[in-house]
This record gives sequence, C-alpha cells and structure tokens, in this order.
Amino acid sequence: MIETRTEPIVRMLSGNEAVARGAWEAGVAVASAYPGTPSTEILEEFARFPGVYAEWATNEKVAVDVAIGAAYAGKRALTTMKHVGLNVAADAFMYAAMTGAEAGLVIVSADDPAMHSSQNEQDNRTFAKFARVPCIEPADSQEAKDFTVAAYALSEQFDTPVLLRLTTRICHSATAVTLGERIELAAKTPKFPRNTEKYVMVPANARRRRPVIEQRLHAIAQAAEISPLNRVEPGDRALGIITAGVAYQYAKEVFPTASVLKLGMTWPLPEGMIRAFAASVERLIVIEELDPFIEEAVRLMGIPVEGKAIFPLTGEFDPRVVRESAVAAGLLPESAHVPLIEVDPGPLPARPPVLCAGCPHRGAFYVLNRLKVPVNGDIGCYTLGLIPPLSAMHTCGCMGASIGVAHGAAKAGSPERHVAVLGDSTFFHSGIPALVNAVYNRSPIITIILDNRVTGMTGHQDNPGTGRTLQGEQTTVVEIEPVVRALGVRHVTTVPAFDVDAIETTLKAYLKLDEPAVLIAREECALLPEARKRWVPLEVVSDDCNGCTLCFRIGCPAILKGAELDEKTGRPKALIDAALCTGCEVCAQLCPRDAILFRADVTEN
Amino acid sequence: MKEAINFLLAGVGGQGTILASDVLVNVGLAAGYQAKQAEVHGMSQRGGSVTSHVRWGKMVYSPLIGAGEVDVLLAFEKAEALRNLSQLRYGALAVVNMQAIEPITVTSGGQPYPEDDHLRATLAQISDTATFVDGEGIATGLGNVRAANVVLLGALSALLEREGYVGPELTRDVWLDVITQRVPPRYMELNRRAFDAGRTAV
Repeated sequence: MIETRTEPIVRMLSGNEAVARGAWEAGVAVASAYPGTPSTEILEEFARFPGVYAEWATNEKVAVDVAIGAAYAGKRALTTMKHVGLNVAADAFMYAAMTGAEAGLVIVSADDPAMHSSQNEQDNRTFAKFARVPCIEPADSQEAKDFTVAAYALSEQFDTPVLLRLTTRICHSATAVTLGERIELAAKTPKFPRNTEKYVMVPANARRRRPVIEQRLHAIAQAAEISPLNRVEPGDRALGIITAGVAYQYAKEVFPTASVLKLGMTWPLPEGMIRAFAASVERLIVIEELDPFIEEAVRLMGIPVEGKAIFPLTGEFDPRVVRESAVAAGLLPESAHVPLIEVDPGPLPARPPVLCAGCPHRGAFYVLNRLKVPVNGDIGCYTLGLIPPLSAMHTCGCMGASIGVAHGAAKAGSPERHVAVLGDSTFFHSGIPALVNAVYNRSPIITIILDNRVTGMTGHQDNPGTGRTLQGEQTTVVEIEPVVRALGVRHVTTVPAFDVDAIETTLKAYLKLDEPAVLIAREECALLPEARKRWVPLEVVSDDCNGCTLCFRIGCPAILKGAELDEKTGRPKALIDAALCTGCEVCAQLCPRDAILFRADVTEN
Repeated sequence: MKEAINFLLAGVGGQGTILASDVLVNVGLAAGYQAKQAEVHGMSQRGGSVTSHVRWGKMVYSPLIGAGEVDVLLAFEKAEALRNLSQLRYGALAVVNMQAIEPITVTSGGQPYPEDDHLRATLAQISDTATFVDGEGIATGLGNVRAANVVLLGALSALLEREGYVGPELTRDVWLDVITQRVPPRYMELNRRAFDAGRTAV
C-alpha cells in the first residue's frame, strides 16, 4: 500500500478506496464513522494506512463531533456516512459550519440514488447549501482521490467544513487512479484553542459568527470561478451541458460532441462561469441525478435552462436513461434510440434476499410470527424478518426507530402489545435514548435486542459489543444487559438466540406484564469466522419425516423440498442441504416427529 | 481487437463474481484499454442476485452499461443468465455456467426452476455462439469447487479470441499474471489449472 517509487503508480480503485487514499495523502490524522452502505469501505480502507487513527463511532452524529474535535485540535479529520447518516449528524454538521476549525475537516456523504440499500432517496447537496458550506462532487475514482486532497486545502483556506458528496455509482465503481504521496504535515500537536468567540456557540458568539459565514460563502463562490475543480470542455455550440458527479460520464457518453461545463464544486456555484458558458451555447441543459439542484440555481440567475423536464427526477441514471430521455425530448434523433431485444426469458423464480442459513435472528421471528403481535422493526439484517414465511415485521423506518414507534403506538392506545426489534449495533447507535424514553414514560412495550455480536448488514464491522476496535485493538466489551438494567428496565432476560423455547416462554411471560421488558437474544452471526468453525450440517431421517412442511415455515435456505414423497400424504419430505446448513438446530427443535437430527446425533453417526 | 467491449457478469452472492470482475477489469487495463467496473452488491451476502459491469474501450466514460448494449454475458448461474437477458444486444456472446442455485422460492416455495432446454433455446434466439460450461463440475474435479469462477474466466478468454473480440496478443499469460496478483500464492497452481481447464472446455 505504501510505495516509494518515482514513476507514477496506477491502480484500479473503487471510489471509496480512492477517498481513503486521498485522505491519507492529504495527511488526515483522525477519522470516525458509522458504517452505512455505500460508504462503509472508506473507513475500512483508511484504517489500514500507517500513522492514522480510525474508529467506528456509535453513530454518525458522534462521528462528526469526533472529527470536529480532532480538527479543533489542529489535525486534519475525516468523517464518512451514507446519506441518511447526515440526517442523524445534522446537528453537529450545522454547528461545525458555524465554527470552522483549526485544521481541515471533510464530511463524506454517500448518497444512494435508486435506493439500492436505503430507506429513502435524498440529495445531500441540499445539506451543503443549507449549512452554507462547499460541496465537492467527484465523477470517478481519480477525482475521488484528487478532490479529497483538494477538499482539505479548501477547508483550511476558508476555515470551513467541506461536504464531499459521493453516490453509490462513484463509491462502488473501480476506475484507474494514479497514486500520489502523503503530504507530511507538522508532527507536533498545537495547543488546543481557547478561542471562545469562535468555538463556543452561545447566542452572542453565534450572532457574531453568522455574517462571517455569509462572507465566507461569498469568498468561496469567487474562488469557484477560477477553481480547477470546475472546467469547461468546449465543443459544439448548439448544445451546452452543465453536469456533475457520475452524471458527467453519462453526458459525455451520450453527447460526445456537446460543450460541457463540468462542475466539481456544486456549491457555491460559479455564477460568472455559468453565465459565460450559457452565453456561449445555443441551448443549455443540466444533466444531474436526483434533485434539480444546479438547474434551479441556474434558473434563479435568470438563465433559460432545461433539466428535469427532460431527465428523471428519481432513481439512478445510466447511459440508456440519459439517451432515451434525450431522444424523447428531441435532443437526439430517433436513430439514436437503442432497441431492446425481444426475447422472453419466461417465468423466473424470484431470488429475494433472505436470512442466511444458521442466522441467529430466525428463531425470534418464527416466535413473533406465531404470537401475531405487531412488530416494529429497525435497520439491519433482521429487517429481512419481513420476508415470508417469517413475515414478522410491520414497520421499519430508520436507525433506532423501532422502540420509539412501539412506544408511540402503545401511548396511542393501540390495544395490542407492541414489540420493538433491533440489533446490537443499532441499540448502541440510537436505541438507548429511545429505551430510556419508554422506561421514563412507562409504556409496556417489549424490546427484543437481536445481539449477533457484530454489525452484520454492512459486512461485519466491530461495534462497542465486540471488544475490538476498527484498527484491531482489544477494548472494553460494552455488555448490553447491564446497560439495559441501568436504564431502569426491571425485566431483562438474555437467552441463547437458537433456543426457540426460551424465546417463546420469555415473550409469553412478558406479554402478561404491564411495564417495559427487554429480551436479548444472543448468538454470533453464523458467518463470523469463529462461528463457521462450529458448523455441523444436520440431517433428516427420511423414514421419520412425513412431509408436514412445518420446517419450511422458518424460511431457511438450507431446508429443501426433497424428491421423495411421503407414502401416506403424498407431500415432499424435507431434505437438508449439507453445503448450507450450519447446525443451528432451530428446525430440529420444531420438528414434531423428531425427524431432524440434532448436532450431537449427527456427529455420533 | 474490438474498440470496446461491454461485459455483464451475473451470479449469486458467494460465487466469486467480484473476483472475476476484478480480474476482468485489470486484464482490460493490461491489454491497453481504458477499463471501468461497477458492482451492485447490497444484499449479495443474503443469497440475492449479483451483477457486475466491466467495460473495456479506447475511452470509457460511464461505468454502467445501458440495457441493450451488453456484448458479453458471463453468467455464473443458469437462472441469473435468463434474468439478465434483456441487457444483451442481438449477437452477444453468452458464456453460461451450467450451475443451478435454487432460490428459496424454489426449494421451499414451489416456484419452478427453468429447464436447461428452455435456457438453451432462449439464448439461441439471441446468438448462435452461446456457450455452456460445467464450471462447478470441472472445478470439483480439480479439487476445489470455489475455482469455478476461474474456470469460467478461462473459457471466456478462449471464446473472446475465437469470436474475434480480442487478438492473439491478449495471451493466456496476461490473464494468469492478473489472476496471480489477486489470489493467495498457495491457490495459484489450482487457479492455473482451473483457467486452462476452462480454456480447453470450450
């Protein structure tokens, strides 16, 4: 990773890897983040560089505060998150815009057009405008690296946080990058500032800072006019395109001869540059994903422009989306249309994501399905408890929402007992304040914490419960049960997540209570290396199986409908896929005819 | 050599499609193309469909390929080959691993899984060069089913040459060099044999 050769080194890097590399080259010393697709790999990659500190924070707001603290202390700092993470972190982001810092501060927002792995679609360029800070948008991995370095220079030149806005397609595409060297910044840590007028945002100080922020934005807009981040690519004067981010690539592919104004800084906008460009072309359009962010600003300048009247407002672009939209609008001739093949692939079986074989969340959802209670879910692998046949989730909005929503429903007089389900990392992220609220305001909700000992959905990141840091150091294990007890919950039970009877018995007892209760179902994610060592595929004793189908109701991908039919019922007997089964024994516990062997019986044979 | 080639890799999480697309994009670079690669993962760990786009060209802008513009389909699983057909142009080269990974909607949900005859007949409507490879069987025969992705890359390398997509200058060694940089040394001999077995299987 560290190379000291003189000839340029070119690597295929994802946008995320490139941002990490750029942060390292820029001399970033401290990075803090909460995992979230499509941003997660930035910190994972950055953490591997020598001489840096990188951590998983409990949530995005904490991560931004940490980065701000490091930047106040005079070290370049990085924080990264998915788009909705910036909603969580907005409070910190907004005050950082007021104070500025002693060293460069870059906040990465990885937006997710088309919602590949998100609950909503939001264009976080608006956050930059809202906070009055610059927004930088790279269009490939080389720019992701170079613009990260540039963002730190900009941050320090203007004493402002910088929003580096990525999208899924930038984060998860690999393109060639010429690597650079690390900028060696002063090794000694300066004295922490005692500049209270700048760093203590009491109203009197905040009112003095407020005009400074406006002057700063004006100065950055002046600088944007000559910034190398923005460039004109002259071409045919009949059509001029203003574009940014990955949309630039689609614009160039579909309109190879047009004039292009490529904006690397999309806030504040270079008004003079835009006016000159508009005047140089006959027809002006904006090609941008999601909101008409640039388009509306250009229109406010009084410049005739088209954008969302031609290209979609929602979803992700690709060359086809841009080309077909342009053909429909008469920007391109009908001959530019690319016909699709007319071949019918026939009916195809759906391939929905499912809880993995051996997933420790399965037993709890099986029981919840049987209890027929309303289940308020949360963000994580366990959101897949929604999928049939488990079908045991009825609401899910954002990180940490489960407990508050259950509490609100209970307070509204919803006559059923409400259940909240969330994971270990989500509990640490934003479940704790909501649980305190339920205790304080006394609602009889049942909270199930599915503690699989890792942050699962984003790909096995460590969290406060794992005893390991992002950089692989041993640390204090924050145990969930004592935390829950300390919050004032009197009924707390921790059970092994594979013990279906214990989950059912506990929940049935909780249903009789009239106060908050918490069940912690604990078992390592089956895909963790240590858990894999314990895998023992179970077996079905075919003579004992009568095809009752009960085991199919847990939605386990390792349980197959076999070819052999039961003589009496004519139904297919169950078969276990030894390549997938981990031996969690949830199915074995449910089988009414004991036709599925437990681990001990399998290993004896 | 063609000026530009658009590859679509399609499979199921865990089949090694990501390594294969990583190899493919770097072979493109080594062959003197500009190359870009885009992954769609998200829920791949949870048994979902996985697709990856790889583009080689003199000048490549978009990392994504528009529907109807895929030149080469490398399908790691039969149903995923059919699922992605609409992305192909007529005459596209299709290389299909004859492995079925039945989703839960089939194994316990009762939906039918497409028949091989249907797969072959459907692909024949698009191209007469569709090629079917028993990557799983070949890799198992070599002692490690996980090498199936490299068997498929071997098959692809031979077909690209035979069908005129690339010239003889894109040699077997270029591919093997790229693979060597990406797999642990102790698996390199296995991968070399897997690659060659794929080349001779088509």
